[in-house]
Amino acid sequence: MSTADGRYWITFNGEIFNYIELRRELLAKGHKFETLSDTEVLLHLYEEEGPACVNRLNGEWAFGIWDSAERKLFLSRDRFGIRPLVYTRTATAFLFASEVKALFTSPEVPRRIDFAALDQIFTFWFPLAPHTFFEGVFELPPGHSLIFQHGKIHITRYWEMSYAPDAPGSRSEQDYAEELWSTLVNAVKLRLRSDVPVAGYLSGGLDSSVTAAIAKRLTGRRLRTFSVTFDDEEYDERAYQQQVVGHLNVEHQEVRCSYADIGRAFPEVTWHTEKPVLRTAPAPLLLLSGLVREAGFKVVVTGEGADEILGGYDLFKETKIRAFWAAAPESRLRPLLLRRLYPYLANIQNQPEAYLRAFFRVNPGDLDSPFFSHLPRFELTSKLKTFLSGEARAAADGASALTELQKTLPKRFMEWDRFLQAQYLETIYLMPGYILSSQGDRMAMAHSVEARLPFLDPQVAEFASKIPPALKMKVLNEKYLLKKAAGDHIPACVRQRHKQPYRAPEGKSFLSEPLDYVDELLSPERLAKDGVFDPASVSMLVKKFRDGRAIGVKDNMALTGIVSTQLVVEQFVRSFHPGFTEEPHAGPEGAAHAVRR
Amino acid sequence: MQDLKAQLTQFVVDNFLFGKANGFKSSDSFLDSGIIDSTGMVELIFHLENAYAIEIKDAELIPENLDSVDRLAEFVRRKQAVVLAEDPTHAG
Repeated sequence: MSTADGRYWITFNGEIFNYIELRRELLAKGHKFETLSDTEVLLHLYEEEGPACVNRLNGEWAFGIWDSAERKLFLSRDRFGIRPLVYTRTATAFLFASEVKALFTSPEVPRRIDFAALDQIFTFWFPLAPHTFFEGVFELPPGHSLIFQHGKIHITRYWEMSYAPDAPGSRSEQDYAEELWSTLVNAVKLRLRSDVPVAGYLSGGLDSSVTAAIAKRLTGRRLRTFSVTFDDEEYDERAYQQQVVGHLNVEHQEVRCSYADIGRAFPEVTWHTEKPVLRTAPAPLLLLSGLVREAGFKVVVTGEGADEILGGYDLFKETKIRAFWAAAPESRLRPLLLRRLYPYLANIQNQPEAYLRAFFRVNPGDLDSPFFSHLPRFELTSKLKTFLSGEARAAADGASALTELQKTLPKRFMEWDRFLQAQYLETIYLMPGYILSSQGDRMAMAHSVEARLPFLDPQVAEFASKIPPALKMKVLNEKYLLKKAAGDHIPACVRQRHKQPYRAPEGKSFLSEPLDYVDELLSPERLAKDGVFDPASVSMLVKKFRDGRAIGVKDNMALTGIVSTQLVVEQFVRSFHPGFTEEPHAGPEGAAHAVRR
Repeated sequence: MQDLKAQLTQFVVDNFLFGKANGFKSSDSFLDSGIIDSTGMVELIFHLENAYAIEIKDAELIPENLDSVDRLAEFVRRKQAVVLAEDPTHAG
């Protein structure tokens, strides 16, 4: 689409939810519109305000605007990185797209692994933006814009998450709860603006119950909801989902996943994540978006983002307990609280006291580390590097993932308390780098379903940044204020339950029944040929699984990481075919766009 | 005892180090070296009970018994001696 005079051209992936208000403003300033679309609003807003226009947007976006008069390309990505945007340069062009596979359709773009990025994945779970899994291919980080002009790239950060909590006690809990609820209602209202019916995801947890409850209240009709259930009871949350369905009186459908379903779906998962993942959790979400699409829906509201914005993760609890213990390291009593962590992980609960202490212990110097909250996780994940081949380790040599991460922290980071530091690390790095990019947009868009995330509305995030941390998590009660705000809108059992993060079965999904791709990609010959992993170590891991001895978090993460890396190498590096062969509908979302020099 | 130590070392190297011994010694502390992760001890106990036909009580789950191959070997030997004393027909 272009402006009437042909000067500005736009390509746009996403939604601007406040386009009606922006359109009204622009009409008053004399802009003429030919359509009712948000795309045209974006184009005119850029014409009016230039790059600063992104500060006015409430939405999820990745777009490019070409100013043909100045021969200037402007790219922008939403604040939290809900929508992906990747780019690369070749000898003759600057290329950008929503997906790496679109860039790889150009024969000029080499398809090579970035081993420093692999090292980061096996430390943090994600490559640190702007790196992707592929050498020379970059992502525009969330909250950033890029200008390409006269052969030069200029990147600026237009938005940054910051925290300035009110002094404790300056407002009543009730007051905070009411404002949180009304802000959330507005965020959902904006996300129900659609020319097609909007459905909801329901996990059985607090966050999606909240978004569905608000959507139901606002639409005033029978809301359609969708969920994942599992054959394996350890992961299944059907009982809670049914409570919410009854409470809200919604019309509900579910997709039930077996180990084999997850294993079979996995190659399609990595085709869409375009990078290795350490959990199988994206696979059921791929199947879920398929169900939504079959039922005739294209838009869903989901609860993603609440754990980051409002303090839901066990990791935040872990941080509090470790700091509390470190304040009196000799205390026998304080570390007993470690038993309160991860109630859903039987192996951690069964762990002897001394080992639980050893795993979560605070070493001298840890308290001063900006990564205090995440050190146990980073250390655990780093152990997966045991499986890398000598060549892969050598290729990443010299890169220090933690040093790289530290360089990107904001100046004020060390002024925040540990809870806020942990929140920042989750919100700004892990959420776009892992959660949203493997479990959000990419799994939904694989079936052309658009996920809308009210908890990541800028007003909700800004309000949350002022809430004192002690109200987000009251002692060890996670998302306390959200529970208080939700009140009777959701069933009491969902408000009071132990948080169970969304997870899916791992090792068993790959090895419970024969899967050709697993046998092929994990064979010693193939591993040796691909050169990323050490065949002998991987064989020992596989044997451990086949003997039924692999029960630990690390073993499961390792197997999923190895299978997914091997799949990505196969699908993108060794033999790249645009368009996923087993699922013909799931080809590149759009062609790459190029600016020739 | 040497055999037992060798077997236990092999188990630790295969299952926790995935073949990469890198100078691992029978006196190395599992806690200090981080060889065994948050769930690894459960795995190790499962192995000891199955491979050596012993039953480990909760009160015995302490680093003094379990924190290195040397300590494990000593612990298993002691436990087996008890099993044999209680039931001389037990094959071990």
